[in-house]
Amino acid sequence: MTLRTQLLLEATDVAKTYGAVVALRSASLAVRPGEVHALMGANGAGKSTLVKILTGAVRPDSGRIVVGGRERMAHSPAEARRGGVVSVYQEPALIPDLDVRSNLRLTKTPEESFRHWLAELGIENLDFSELARVLPLATLRIIDLARALAIEPDVLMLDEMTAALPANLTERVLAVVDGHRGADRSVIFISHRMIEIAAVCDRATVLREGTTVGVVDMTDGAEERIVELMIGDVAEAVPPRTARRDAGAARPPEATPRLTARSLSAKHKLRDVSFELHRGEVLGVVALEGQGQDELFEILSGSERPDGGEMLLDGAPVTFHHPADAIRAGVVYVAADRADALLMQRSITENIALPLTSRIRQWGWINLVAERTRVDAAVEALQIDARAGGEVRQLSGGNQQKVTIARWVAGGVQTMLCFDPTRGIDIRTKSQIYLLLRDLADAGAAVLFYTSELKEIQLVCDRTIVIFGGRVVAEIDAADSDEPTLLRAAYDLPSDAPADTVTDVAVAGPTTRERST
Amino acid sequence: MSAVAGPIVDTRGRPVVDALVAWARRNGWTLSLIALLAVLLAFTKVINPSYGAPGIQGLAISVLPLALAAVAQAVCVIGGGIDLSIGSMMALTSVVAASQMKDQSEEFGVAVILAVLILGLIIGAVNGAVIVITRVPDIVVTLAMSFVWAGAALLVLKTPAGGSAQWLKDLVLGPAGFDWIPKAAVVLIVVVAVIWIPLRRSTVGLSIYAIGSDRLAAFRSGVAVGPTKVIAYATTGLFAALAGISLTASTGIGNPVPGPYTLMSVAAVVLGGVSLAGGRGGVFGPMIGVLILVLIQNDMAFLSLDPNLALVSQGLILIGVVMFGSLIQWRRSRR
Amino acid sequence: MTSSISTRGARIPGGWSRLLREQPVVPISALLIVIVVIYALVRPGVVNADWAGVILRAAVPLAILAGCQTLTMLTGGIDLSVCAVASMAGFMVASLLHGPGFEIGIAVALTAAALAGLLTGIGVGIFRVHPLIMSLGVSFVVLGLANAWQILTVQSSTGVPPVLRTIGSERLGELLPYSLVVFIPLTALILIGLRRTGFGRMLFAIGDNPTAARLSGARSWQVLITLYVLSALMAALAGLLLSGLTNVASVTLADSLVLPSVAAAVIGGTSIFGGRGGFGGTIVGALILTVISALLTALGFPEAVRQILFGSIIVVVAAAYTRVTSVS
Repeated sequence: MTLRTQLLLEATDVAKTYGAVVALRSASLAVRPGEVHALMGANGAGKSTLVKILTGAVRPDSGRIVVGGRERMAHSPAEARRGGVVSVYQEPALIPDLDVRSNLRLTKTPEESFRHWLAELGIENLDFSELARVLPLATLRIIDLARALAIEPDVLMLDEMTAALPANLTERVLAVVDGHRGADRSVIFISHRMIEIAAVCDRATVLREGTTVGVVDMTDGAEERIVELMIGDVAEAVPPRTARRDAGAARPPEATPRLTARSLSAKHKLRDVSFELHRGEVLGVVALEGQGQDELFEILSGSERPDGGEMLLDGAPVTFHHPADAIRAGVVYVAADRADALLMQRSITENIALPLTSRIRQWGWINLVAERTRVDAAVEALQIDARAGGEVRQLSGGNQQKVTIARWVAGGVQTMLCFDPTRGIDIRTKSQIYLLLRDLADAGAAVLFYTSELKEIQLVCDRTIVIFGGRVVAEIDAADSDEPTLLRAAYDLPSDAPADTVTDVAVAGPTTRERST
Repeated sequence: MSAVAGPIVDTRGRPVVDALVAWARRNGWTLSLIALLAVLLAFTKVINPSYGAPGIQGLAISVLPLALAAVAQAVCVIGGGIDLSIGSMMALTSVVAASQMKDQSEEFGVAVILAVLILGLIIGAVNGAVIVITRVPDIVVTLAMSFVWAGAALLVLKTPAGGSAQWLKDLVLGPAGFDWIPKAAVVLIVVVAVIWIPLRRSTVGLSIYAIGSDRLAAFRSGVAVGPTKVIAYATTGLFAALAGISLTASTGIGNPVPGPYTLMSVAAVVLGGVSLAGGRGGVFGPMIGVLILVLIQNDMAFLSLDPNLALVSQGLILIGVVMFGSLIQWRRSRR
Repeated sequence: MTSSISTRGARIPGGWSRLLREQPVVPISALLIVIVVIYALVRPGVVNADWAGVILRAAVPLAILAGCQTLTMLTGGIDLSVCAVASMAGFMVASLLHGPGFEIGIAVALTAAALAGLLTGIGVGIFRVHPLIMSLGVSFVVLGLANAWQILTVQSSTGVPPVLRTIGSERLGELLPYSLVVFIPLTALILIGLRRTGFGRMLFAIGDNPTAARLSGARSWQVLITLYVLSALMAALAGLLLSGLTNVASVTLADSLVLPSVAAAVIGGTSIFGGRGGFGGTIVGALILTVISALLTALGFPEAVRQILFGSIIVVVAAAYTRVTSVS
């Protein structure tokens, strides 16, 4: 109990719900003075939400926050800052249309101290009259960090600080973080890179699905322990009826794959991705957040055009200028974010029937009977529970997700691109979606399936490609795709290699992108 | 038109030249506007060789209210909003000033002007507060408030009437000592300089740019978003009041029916390089934009063309400029 | 495993707010009845079938213009050029009456309107200019051209064609206005079109979520260009009726209706953000505004009070809708 009073920052049972989605269920975090504390968790575990709550950017539904022995709930970042709690967010909090100097004035940052930290972090000759919008992302993040350090906060939170940085800057940042722990100062450090955590952190708190599942002292073997905690008890994760496929069963070799990607690249995020997707298979995609998978799916679905490389459909090169082109070619996309896919204020019927009226020649009279039949069939196939209300936004997250899939099932599926379709939905719906994807593949469809939940891979996929830093770094058969293997591959860790061979992991500099809800 | 200041770190050894180049690049839009204005002035002189000091003075007088309206619009657009009630606020402040100053002493006129300026601040702040509190979009609120302020103006005066203190008329009419420098231009520059430049350099001014540029980043930088928005709209109200007073000063009366100032101010702001998305631009560009719009109108008259064609060309310029602007933005986002 | 989702649905407020959100026609019809009752109380004996006919006749052009706003607002837009287009159409038909004739006049007016709508649609749909700015600019152009046309044709006294006078202002059996002959089919077309055609669905879809519409294969520029052309044609129709109603053809005839047309749509429950609303509520909204105007005139209130009241109603109603439709 004496320890408790010495804590610099303590959050207890913090919960936060966005509409129907629980971002944090019961998160707790205790930071001792003078330590670098890692906050770990898989995608969507609630790390960023917790940081936002601690800095007052988001108000929690419940929970207690104690800073420096006094209970305090900040209502804005400015208030948290005055209380000595400062965060460097994933998106730099610099005003794009103001120059660096004005940005400093806006936050009342002492310029001398800022210059000192900037030099310490390895950026010299920064033109203070340059607009923030023209500076590269890495520089912006360093400026953001130097600005935070300049006001000497008690608690400094770094959310994926090293994600956008080249290797030399990453080293400087880690050195500064290492040196920053003082008598009374602490750092909360969020990173996907285990190697960095091991290098600078004293302890790690692990979140899983919005709940704190453990605190680990960073001694030898801590990495394994963290991975175990992040994954959770595998036994409870298996759905009632798995659709596991006999991994040994060889597919008859096909002459031409349904979809072929050749060296696709885009916007420095996607560097070189090639794969083949066949009819009748579910191809899994595994990647940490922000490794280029978002861009890959956007390109395949016609939302963005690639900078390089080509796509082949049934062996013939295709170029999609608009999602409409992809849809016409039979390539449909289940978007990551339901908010991107649904007409929230409209009915289930209108949402499912949306693609049926999108082309000019479909603008005329709607055959309600035919539409009803198709929609009902889709609702039936996905067991959508429509009792909650007439508008889609009144449905539960799981049912909303089913509507986004039903939209395409209603029209018959040739090729489906699913981007994390089971994020944030209940377990029953998840297993229904697994079964549906398997059924689609068995009926001859080709399915590309990205998921942030690695345990799903074994349940659904025939093969899996792993993307890291915009490149395919591994291809794994269903038989071998157990979670530890996948996770190691996703971190680009050779399964038994010593840690120091992967130091240059940091060179790949993709940014992580925060997705709300 | 951000002022360039401070030492520019430079390794190539020609700081002054580089600074100038950087400044010119950053203010490219305004510089091209000035060039366009110069061309227009030259064109005016060609088609109307007698165009001289009186023409410039007439131009300054007719530009003054619109230029102030454009400045008013620029402030709230920079803050990420838009104010469709500027014309109505001008009408209201103009009739209040004219009706109160009529047949009163010169000294009383000073008090009236001060009171009207405060009135402008208040009605602007009301616009902003309604937007912040109800969370109804800026466009809808200011559209509705344009009814309210225009109605209020009609309550004050049913028809154009009232009067103006003599000193107020003297302030804007005629040349400022030298024939080529009209008083109205001096007044405009002084007023804008006295209000806008200190504001822009203050933290409040930075905050206005910040909420317009990136609301979330501003919030995370510790900017009080709601109050800043109210301040931006109050400033808009203040400039609208100045514009209304300048109407009274130049015409000697107050007209309760709003002129075309709201729409023209939007056109001038867009033409002046202020991004409708907020956060970008200044008040200098819109003032040049107003000069260009009014000069086109004048030139049409000199060419004895139908003045209504000036309206058409102003509309086409507005459309052309915004289309061009969004095309640039679109291309930039594609990269 | 504990799922990361709770099935707790979105907050569903009960009672009035739910009604206001899902069936705005019902509460605002109640509001209309309340206002009519107030009218009947302060001016006893005036409210009768004849009065209703007069109100209806006055409300029709406003309702059509508000229909333009409704359709464009469903996509998250707005069309401020409707009144310039309406006035232009009315004036053009009148000015061409003595030369080329009535039919040619109608054809020319509708073509001009469609061109104006096309311009707005191209700006909004292809260049992604904010609809407010785009339609504003187009209204400048239309008004200026109409003015120039006026001077060119030197029409000192333009006569409104008798057909339009009949349709616009006369009433069948001194009761039902003839304008209903135009209005009822138009209303049916809009109501059914919004509900039963693919185009109607697309309007809601683009307004509700442009990203979702795009991902479902919709090309929004096609929808928007069609929409703004339709809107301009409807505006022209309203202008013809209005010139018949007032027996005036001037290039600024409908100018005072810009803001009321937006107000009627907002009061009728159409969201300025798009994706929510309908023409039924808009008609009631237009009736409410017309009755309030008549009431204020009857009570001898000045124009000023009417404007202030209109403005306040828009803010209050928009705030109420924002409150009940926002997801907390």
